[in-house]
Amino acid sequence: MAVLIYVDSVSGKVNKPGFEAINYGKKIADLKGDKAVVIVTGDCHNTAELGNYGASKVLHAKAVSSADSGVLTKVIAKAAEQENADIIVFSHNLVGRAVAPRVAARLNAGHVAGAIETPTNNGAFTVKKAVFSGKAFADVEISSEKKVISILPNSSPVVSMGGDAEIIDFAVDAALLNSKIKVKEVKTKDGEISLREAELVVSAGRGLKGPENWGMVEEMAKILGAATACSRPVADIGWRPHHEHVGQTGIAIAPDLYFAIGISGAIQHLAGVNRSKTIVVINKDADAPFFKAADYGIVGDAFEIVPKLNEALKKFKANAQ
Amino acid sequence: MKILVCISKAPDTTSKISFADNNSKFNEAGVQYIVNPYDEWYALVRALEIKETIGGNVTIITVGTAADEPIIRKALAIGADDAVRIDAEPKDALFVAKNIADYAKDKGFDLILTGKETIDYNGSQVPGMMAELLDLPYISSASKLDLSANTATLETDIPGGSEVLEVELPAVISCAKGMAEARIPNMRGIMASRTKPLTVVSSNDQNAFTSIKTYSLPLEKKGCKYISAENVQELVDLLHNEAKAI
Ligand SMILES: Cc1cc2nc3c(=O)[nH]c(=O)nc-3n(C[C@H](O)[C@H](O)[C@H](O)COP(=O)(O)OP(=O)(O)OC[C@H]3O[C@@H](n4cnc5c(N)ncnc54)[C@H](O)[C@@H]3O)c2cc1C
Ligand SMILES: Nc1ncnc2c1ncn2[C@@H]1O[C@H](COP(=O)(O)O)[C@@H](O)[C@H]1O
Repeated sequence: MAVLIYVDSVSGKVNKPGFEAINYGKKIADLKGDKAVVIVTGDCHNTAELGNYGASKVLHAKAVSSADSGVLTKVIAKAAEQENADIIVFSHNLVGRAVAPRVAARLNAGHVAGAIETPTNNGAFTVKKAVFSGKAFADVEISSEKKVISILPNSSPVVSMGGDAEIIDFAVDAALLNSKIKVKEVKTKDGEISLREAELVVSAGRGLKGPENWGMVEEMAKILGAATACSRPVADIGWRPHHEHVGQTGIAIAPDLYFAIGISGAIQHLAGVNRSKTIVVINKDADAPFFKAADYGIVGDAFEIVPKLNEALKKFKANAQ
Repeated sequence: MKILVCISKAPDTTSKISFADNNSKFNEAGVQYIVNPYDEWYALVRALEIKETIGGNVTIITVGTAADEPIIRKALAIGADDAVRIDAEPKDALFVAKNIADYAKDKGFDLILTGKETIDYNGSQVPGMMAELLDLPYISSASKLDLSANTATLETDIPGGSEVLEVELPAVISCAKGMAEARIPNMRGIMASRTKPLTVVSSNDQNAFTSIKTYSLPLEKKGCKYISAENVQELVDLLHNEAKAI
């Protein structure tokens, strides 16, 4: 038996959510005394690095793109059969969300999406996952023979294990690649840090009064190398783009540091950010509910505090060089 | 255009989350159920907009018990034409997907729309599973959906940006923010919803492979450390030395 881990390649490289999934799969493999096999698709230049995160073998299916979850599913199922894998691990990132459930349905396997801890296996196989938008956790037992688990990005630090993996070209029949989906256009935002994977996030809300006041927020993000985010009303009124909306009905994130500027801290907002390791709240209302979820708080006017804070951060960054 | 919209119930977003029976069950006492926001605001409303421009029929489907009929009536009041309830307590995502796929397989739907995820169990599983069971293309978490003839044009996020995709129908699409604006049912819709057809079909009674054993709540935060607005340097120091976040 083996644990098969699927990772996608972003701009030619497997990135952090992928390393995390490999680490996770390796831990499960160790638990069962099996090996961890990785399958990666598309253009990927760091296959040699994947052994370091726990892979003992890397199957590289170069010809396969990640745009069609149906095609990916067939390729992953074929690899699972070849490797005799009974557990398949994914990242619960954009690609993993689309493909893991399909693989589960194809293999008639129980699927846990959004796992945050390695499973325990004392007779029953149990996985912890976040539920109710991070407001609670559930221990889920999987009873099927084959199991599919998707791990929530940023749930555990990435660990180097210093191993080496055998890298094998994974050839796929052309017939498997037939797709009903065509990619018409790819819009990348160069230089912008992707909110979902960001370690640092600077976020602001209606307290900022208008889109013209976001300069200081963007500046802070730039100084820190952080992504920007916002509350829902701010995206709804069109002050900020929809993809920045975090919360129960937006994106759920778990960065190391979350700055909330002029955001009241409504329960639906907190639901998307409460897994952040450190939360800093800047709000002029000392009774704003966000302070209850904060690690550090400053009560005061964001328009005075943020520019001063940016200066202090700039100095800190300059000294840290 | 025959459109099927999958709707799920979800606890109201302000519900207090607590557990009963030795933390083995979600405590439903005092919890108000709503239509899962992604299903209502985006999937259903976009389906109605499509019907209004090119014609067709919008059917909603839910796997649930008789207790879920208020959410079905709500979706009908917003404008769906008819409803199907598969009579079962949803056991897990694959159970739900197998039930809906079984129902939909010979009904000739051009589009099957779902929400991006349910806000209670946060799986984003059901649509992908249905797509595989029905052997259909699947686009996850689309923020735009336009139709021309037999093709749908969609936009979805990818790491570091977004992409525009074209897919041949029939297809399964899960819907996220950007796709439509929420609608509030009007009096006429509410009146009409009472007499719109609701068909109850029995479940294909699959076994479930996953089950929740225990729930737990996150640890409480230690409490907020306040820093004076006059002394932002202290915050920088704390973030560096104490939180080790910068
Ligand atoms: C079903 C449902 C789902 C929802 N999903 C989400 C979601 O996913 N994400 C989300 O964010 N919201 C969501 N909401 C909305 C949520 O309930 C709140 O309305 C929203 O989060 C409030 O946004 P805000 O904090 O930016 O604005 P407000 O509540 O208006 O708060 C503005 C804050 O700024 C402070 N402020 C004002 N001026 C200054 C200043 N000069 N300096 C410093 N502080 C200042 C104020 O004291 C206040 O606390 C949802 C609501 C519902 C009903
Ligand atoms: N019991 C259900 N009945 C009908 N549709 C459902 C049900 N559960 C989930 N769905 C649909 O599948 C989507 C994703 O749900 P989930 O996989 O639970 O995150 C939801 O937004 C609904 O559109």
